[in-house]
Amino acid sequence: MSVSGLFLIVFLAVHLVANIFLLVSPDAFNISAHFMGTNPIIQIMQPLLGAGFLLHIIYSFIIQLQNWKSRPVKYNKVDQKESSTWASRNMIWLGLVVFGFLTIHVINFFWVVKFGHMEHVIIDGVKMEDSYTLVVSLFTDGVLGYVYSSIYIISFIALGLHLHHALWSAFQTIGFSNDAWRKRLTVVGDIYAIVIAAGFTIIPLYFLLF
Amino acid sequence: MASKTINIKVKVWRQKDSNTKGNFETYELSDISTDSSFLEMMDVMNENLVEEGKDPVAFDHDCREGICGMCSLFINGHAHGPDTLITTCQLHMRKFTDGQTITIEPWRVGSFPVIKDLMVDRTAYEQIMQSGGFVSINTGGVPDANAIPIPKEDSDEAMDAASCIGCGACVATCKNSSAMLFVAAKVSQLALLPQGKIEGAKRAKNMIAKMDELGFGNCSNTGACEMECPKGISLAHIARLNREFLVANVKG
Repeated sequence: MSVSGLFLIVFLAVHLVANIFLLVSPDAFNISAHFMGTNPIIQIMQPLLGAGFLLHIIYSFIIQLQNWKSRPVKYNKVDQKESSTWASRNMIWLGLVVFGFLTIHVINFFWVVKFGHMEHVIIDGVKMEDSYTLVVSLFTDGVLGYVYSSIYIISFIALGLHLHHALWSAFQTIGFSNDAWRKRLTVVGDIYAIVIAAGFTIIPLYFLLF
Repeated sequence: MASKTINIKVKVWRQKDSNTKGNFETYELSDISTDSSFLEMMDVMNENLVEEGKDPVAFDHDCREGICGMCSLFINGHAHGPDTLITTCQLHMRKFTDGQTITIEPWRVGSFPVIKDLMVDRTAYEQIMQSGGFVSINTGGVPDANAIPIPKEDSDEAMDAASCIGCGACVATCKNSSAMLFVAAKVSQLALLPQGKIEGAKRAKNMIAKMDELGFGNCSNTGACEMECPKGISLAHIARLNREFLVANVKG
């Protein structure tokens, strides 16, 4: 969970940087998307990323089932409000929301870009896919645009909560933590979670409002 | 200070033995002194039950001064009740209010089967210890004091880990019934000292393998164990256990 999780944490940062160009200009985002679609390192990383997601998701279910099995008779009354965070206790459910989102997200964009029909634009003499229009039309297409925007924004909140218990927890599992580093890593992890959740949320919000 | 008395309802888990299905019974207790300890309240409850000709509630207890680790009980959703850094025998009735219903359950862990009522079988912990929680020593004369110099910080931290009394509150609290905090404390207290280095590589591996074999869950770092631990064992020990485990596996 920890190693695949850290890998996915790095991926999210790369993804957000590429997406932020949506707010700059259509050309900037198209160049960014074209770079991501053609850069050889990104192409090598793409199947690895898929494997990372699969590993993280499948392994999470295996250990979750073991965990449920280890307490056959449940408590009648449990009060953990003060002893642990809500997010840390519900990682599997938050993860499931993110997984559901991931499926929709792959169908919305990845699938269309890879296998669907794309319009093309020419920027500085280079012909490339018009990824900007694909993204913007999803969020601004009437009622459906509102539906998709809401799904995306709710999922980003779930992702943010998932990330709240991600960074320190991953380092703890690989043994890189003590009483001092726990505080540092928790703060860094929380800042990261807010930046990722807010960063991705701004995009549909921007197209919805402006 | 004048002592107060309260009337309470106690909702207790009753179970004949490990093969029988249990259920809750509710008993009413009146004039319980707020100065009495929780286990004294349990004693009063049992005396009442004996007087009524009923079977008294079985529960674990021994030293009643917070050092033996025998008392357990999951009280109102908390291991060892609603207070921090204490065992159940150190919990007092002043933490409860007049008219309150107190729910008392045994540790609910698959690897700790109920023996009777609130008593659970914690021999799984002994089995984990037997798989690696020891050091090899040479027989012969007593070693000279200070023959092996140990940094103060290390001996302090080893002592902190060694304060684990093996009560099982960490497993009982953990949403995954993971025994990681217990194993971490037992590994840490030896891993930090030169005397523990001999079996160092094998210890973490063997104890974790035993823990998994006995059906304890996996650690998801919620940190609830640390908060409910009567001895305040830090999660930093779990990080050390994970390091030891990783190193042992890399070395092979």
